[in-house]
Amino acid sequence: MMMTLRALAFCAVALTAPLAAADEPRGTGALGIVIERTAGSVLIVDTVNRAVTGRVTGLGDLSHASAVFSPDGRYAYVFGRDGGLTKVDLLAGAIAKRTIQAGNAIGGAISDDGTLVAVSNYEPGGVRVFDAATLAPLADIAAIGANGKTSKTVGLVDLPGRRFAYALYDADEIWIADFSGGDAPKITKLTGIGRLPYDGNVTPDGRHYLVGLFGEDGVVHVDLWKQPLQARRILDNYGRGEERLPVYKMPHFEGWASAGDVMLIPAVGRHELIAVDRRSFREVGRIATSGQPIFAVARPDGRHAWVNFATPHNNMIDVVDTTTLSVVHRFAAGPAVLHMEFTPRGHEVWVSVRDANRVQVYDTSSFARKAELEAQHPSGIFFTARAGRIGQ
Amino acid sequence: MLVLNAASYAADGTPDATRLANLVRQDCGACHGLTLRGGLGKPLTVDHLRQWDREQMVHIILEGVPGTPMPGWRPLLTETEARWIADRLKQGTLP
Ligand code: HEC
Repeated sequence: MMMTLRALAFCAVALTAPLAAADEPRGTGALGIVIERTAGSVLIVDTVNRAVTGRVTGLGDLSHASAVFSPDGRYAYVFGRDGGLTKVDLLAGAIAKRTIQAGNAIGGAISDDGTLVAVSNYEPGGVRVFDAATLAPLADIAAIGANGKTSKTVGLVDLPGRRFAYALYDADEIWIADFSGGDAPKITKLTGIGRLPYDGNVTPDGRHYLVGLFGEDGVVHVDLWKQPLQARRILDNYGRGEERLPVYKMPHFEGWASAGDVMLIPAVGRHELIAVDRRSFREVGRIATSGQPIFAVARPDGRHAWVNFATPHNNMIDVVDTTTLSVVHRFAAGPAVLHMEFTPRGHEVWVSVRDANRVQVYDTSSFARKAELEAQHPSGIFFTARAGRIGQ
Repeated sequence: MLVLNAASYAADGTPDATRLANLVRQDCGACHGLTLRGGLGKPLTVDHLRQWDREQMVHIILEGVPGTPMPGWRPLLTETEARWIADRLKQGTLP
C-alpha cells in the first residue's frame, strides 16, 4: 500500500522513531495503538522496534476506550467513552473517519467479514451498527428487556456468521444479533439469566459465550453450537456465602479465554481467580492473587496468564502458570497498571502504567524489562494481531 | 505514587486536594466516567447530585449502594475525605 503525500507530510512531523524509507510499502503486523485516556489521543506503536511511531489526537474522552481492527490490519476503530467512534489509519497516522454515535459508550466489535462495526452504549443504551468503510449508520438496536426497561449493554463481541452477542445490564438478558441475512438483524433473546450481567466474552473458537454477573455469585454460559440457544449457570455460589470485599473496579472478561486446559475468571469481590475446565465448565481450582483481579490475560500460547488488580493493589502484576495454577512471578510494576497486551506470539508483553506516564515492555520468559516508552496516562493497548481473532 | 490505604493530609490537617481530585477522576471515574458524566454508575454532576444532601452523599460514598456495584469507600477514605469529595462534587468545584 503506497502512502499518499498528505499522509507522508503528517508522518514527517509526528514520527518519533525512524521508519522504513518513505517510498517502501509497509505492512501493519507489528503495529498497534496505545490509548492516552486523558489526552484523548492514541499512540501508534511498533512492537518489533519497541517504538512510538506517531500520535493521533482529537479522539474525545477515551477513559475506558477500546479498539478493534479491520481485517487487513490497516485501520483501528476506537470506541470512546463519550460515544465517539473513530477510524484511525495506522499507516497514515491520521483519523480516516470519525462520528459521535451516542452519548456514552462502553465498547465495540467488528463482524467476522469486516463490514460491520457495532458499538455498545450506556446512554441511550442498546447497540448501534455502522458500515465499517464509511461509518454510516446501518442499524439501531434498542435494548428493551422483558422487564420493559431500556438497558445499558455490556460484553459485546463478534461471533462467526456476521453475528454479535451482548448482555443487557439492567434487564438480565443475553441477546444474539444475527446479520447474516443483511443489515436488518434477527435477534435471539435469552431472558432471566441472572442479576446485573457486567461483562462477557467468547472463547477464541467462537463457541462459548460467558457473561459475569455482578448481582449474584455466578457466571452464565451459552454454548453457541447447540440449538436452541440456552443460558446455563456455572460457578454458582462461588463466593460460598462469604461476604464480598468492596469492588473498586469492575473486573474484565477480556483475555481470559485461552489459557491451556483452563479458563481463568476473575472472582468478583475476592482476591482470587477461579480456574474453570474448558470442556466441563466446572471449577478445577482457585488461585490466590495480590488483589482483586481486573484482567487475567493469557499469553498467546496459554502457558501463563498475566493478571492486574483493582486499587489499592493496582501497582502489582501476578504471573500465573496455567498448568500448576500457581503464581510463578509477582512484582510491583508501577503506579496504576491498567492493561497488558502480548506481542502476537507472546515473547513480550506491553504494560500501561498510568500514573507513571509510561508503557513498559517485558520479556515473558525472563520477566526482564526490555524497554520503556513515554505515554500520557496510558490505558488500553491493542495490537493488530487482534484483527485475525474471533471476539477481539 | 498513589497510596490509597493510607490517608494523606497536608501539614495543616486538611485533606490532600491533589491526591483526592486524582482519586475521584481516576478511581471514581472508572465507573462514573473520567469526566464524571456517567458510565456504569450515574453521572456525578451538580445537576444530578442535587437530589442528595451532603450527609446522604457522605453516606453513599462511605457505605456504597447495596445491591449495585457502587462500593463503600470506608476502607480507603476517612470521613473528612468523603466530606471533602461530597462538597466538591455537589458544588462542581473539584480542582
Ligand atoms: C465499581 C464501580 C464504581 C466505583 C469505582 C464508584 N462508583 Fe459510585 N456508583 C456506582 C454505581 C453502579 C452507582 C449507581 C447505583 C444505583 O444504581 O443506585 C453509583 C452511584 C453513586 C452515587 C449516587 C448517585 C445517584 O444519583 O444515585 C454517588 C454519589 C457515587 N456513586 C459516588 C462515587 C464516588 C465519589 C466514587 C469514588 C470515591 C464512586 N462513586 C466510585 C459504581 C461505582
